[in-house]
Amino acid sequence: MIKVLFFASLREQTGQSNLSVEWQEGMTAAQLWQQTTDSSTLPDNVLVACNQEYCDSETVVNDGDEVAFFPPVTGG
Amino acid sequence: MIHIEIHEQGFEPYTQLTTFQQRDEFIASQCGASALFIGTMRDFNEGDDVQAMRLEHYPAMTQKQLEVITESAVEKHGLNHVLVAHRVGDILPGDPIVLVAVWSAHRNASFDACRWIMEELKHNAPFWKRETLDSGESRWVEKNTAG
Repeated sequence: MIKVLFFASLREQTGQSNLSVEWQEGMTAAQLWQQTTDSSTLPDNVLVACNQEYCDSETVVNDGDEVAFFPPVTGG
Repeated sequence: MIHIEIHEQGFEPYTQLTTFQQRDEFIASQCGASALFIGTMRDFNEGDDVQAMRLEHYPAMTQKQLEVITESAVEKHGLNHVLVAHRVGDILPGDPIVLVAVWSAHRNASFDACRWIMEELKHNAPFWKRETLDSGESRWVEKNTAG
């Protein structure tokens, strides 16, 4: 399984904060986005992290990974 | 020594600094310089009056990212010590949001590293602000100010 997380405005837009998705071999972060949001493509302004480290949309995820989608950060 | 703090309640930056400097690992005689930055909440943004703000974060990644940033700063600038504290949760104008403090042998490293850590934090640490305006409207802050 893959743990998928959404933060901030993306949590509100997608109406979900976390969910589990069945892992499939070769699955990328962009495919996970499509599957969990019913959107066609991952927007450029959405950031992705795999296991709490930044990654890109074509990163291949492994079974048991935690993948997070979030908008540009605004801390500090 | 690197120390990272995430505060869910209000914190007093100068108290945190004093506490940090009282640690056994903090050897003041090896530091010829220190620099600090404190960020506090404004009561205005994008031309609107702001009443309150909620800071959300991604806890596991926040910790990791701040470790990556501070470790890079120590390596890049040869720092002796780094203290980073950041607030999350509900905050009001005037409340401290962030403290970055660094100590080094000479002033250049401290000045440069303090700014560098702050900019890296603003661009990479997973925090998000949602502000409530005086009008009652609430909205996500979509981008950092230019500085």
